[in-house]
Amino acid sequence: MKRVLVMSGMYSEKVMNHFLNPRNMGEIKDADGVGTVGNPICGDLMTIYIKVKNGKITDVKFKTFGCVAAIATSSMITELAKGKTLDEASRITRDNVANELDGLPPIKMHCSNLAADALREAIKDYRNKTKK
Amino acid sequence: MKKVYMDYASTTPVDKEVIDAMMPYFATCYGNASSIHSFGRDAYDAVEKSRSKVADLLGADAEEVIFTAGGTESDNMAIKGLAYSNKDKRGSKGPHIITSAIEHPAVLETCKHLEKQGFKVVYLPVDKYGFVKTEELEASISKDTFLVSIMYANNEIGTIEPVEEIGKIAREHGVFFHTDAVQAIGKNPIDVDKLNIDLLSVSSHKIYGPKGVGALYIRKGVKIQPIIHGGGHERGLRSSTYNTPGIVGFGKACEIAQKRIEKDAEHFRNLRDRLIKDVLKIEESYLNGHPTKRLANNAHFRFTAIEGESLNLMLDEMGIAAATGSACSSKKLQASHVLIAIGLDPAEAHGSLRFSLGRGTTKEDVSYVLDVLPGIVERLRKMSPLWNR
Repeated sequence: MKRVLVMSGMYSEKVMNHFLNPRNMGEIKDADGVGTVGNPICGDLMTIYIKVKNGKITDVKFKTFGCVAAIATSSMITELAKGKTLDEASRITRDNVANELDGLPPIKMHCSNLAADALREAIKDYRNKTKK
Repeated sequence: MKKVYMDYASTTPVDKEVIDAMMPYFATCYGNASSIHSFGRDAYDAVEKSRSKVADLLGADAEEVIFTAGGTESDNMAIKGLAYSNKDKRGSKGPHIITSAIEHPAVLETCKHLEKQGFKVVYLPVDKYGFVKTEELEASISKDTFLVSIMYANNEIGTIEPVEEIGKIAREHGVFFHTDAVQAIGKNPIDVDKLNIDLLSVSSHKIYGPKGVGALYIRKGVKIQPIIHGGGHERGLRSSTYNTPGIVGFGKACEIAQKRIEKDAEHFRNLRDRLIKDVLKIEESYLNGHPTKRLANNAHFRFTAIEGESLNLMLDEMGIAAATGSACSSKKLQASHVLIAIGLDPAEAHGSLRFSLGRGTTKEDVSYVLDVLPGIVERLRKMSPLWNR
């Protein structure tokens, strides 16, 4: 049975899968862009690292302190971003991430669904660095 | 997969003997305990026998026990009921309640509700272990104070409050003392007379009884207003048809708890102490609450740089059931008020985890948790940008 009891605050199977088997977890030491969002006081802090070649994201990794939703959305954004152009990747929204995970409990939509923001921060960081 | 339940503070399984005691009252002895015929009288007898059993566990008289639908209702009834009786009896500044910052929401939210109706409430701070400071309590009592409501033991961190001292202070000042003993019964022997307790809330499902039944002890002579009106059951204090099977089960659970209380506490403590000792071997792990003045079955930890909901659900994935005070698992998205009150910062509070042991907990269960937990903590720390070791 698919566990999509989003209304009752439970997580979808896909969320649990990404939480328990996070994709692209870790750091990129020589990252071209790094974005951090969130605040440990709220219980969520995530950092996204990207490698960029010819305007495309060739590698992406994350590190996250936070709840199940925070970890799963971080993992999902790395999958969504990999191979995309910077412009395409910038257009990924929080809703895209949540939809790809078969939804998130409503209460988690705002607090823990920060991965798209972290990715945009990483892209901004890359663009700021390469401007010079 | 191995399954380990270590969330007995949340609820307990119903004891087999309790189920057996309850069974006749569903379909055989189903009368309404308020009815005058033999069906009703049989149910009535069963309710009254249970009342005595609950009273015995508390050192009370049977007529001082009122059945309710659980701990939350008992807390509401005690505090609102006493507040409504004392509305006009005190000085000019408004009737006054003293409670603590770490009470269960059943008490805190009831007090907040009464504040909106003009009652004054003092929420006493606690020290780093979660103890109410009795000097501060005494200093807060004024001529307007009619009630002190301090929990017997905290449901999250397990800290046992200085109930005897609080009872003494309240009595000396002529103030009623209510205590939420939902977590304490069955683990700590309670004597309402010795402790000068005037009102005390208990719940059945925390002591291997059925859910949906509890009781409020009300000392003889203490007048409270009912909060549930109707057919006048329980001497008019709590109307509603008797939940005979539930009450019978609760009575049986109390009887068993009284027999086992010492054995149980020793069993919990032995396993719990081993759990604490070995969990604290994990780097940057800490025990919340007091090392010894805590419920025998409670172990409450925090781990730097990880978040409690993630920890809890990774344990769940390994078959282990625990609880967390993390904001992310609460409906309000705020870190536990108890952990904040003992001085943890929100980030620390998010990384907390409660194990609560019970009669069914075995040495093997503790070993299994000790096998699994360090790896999960390590795994989450590897993911965490806050962990740079």
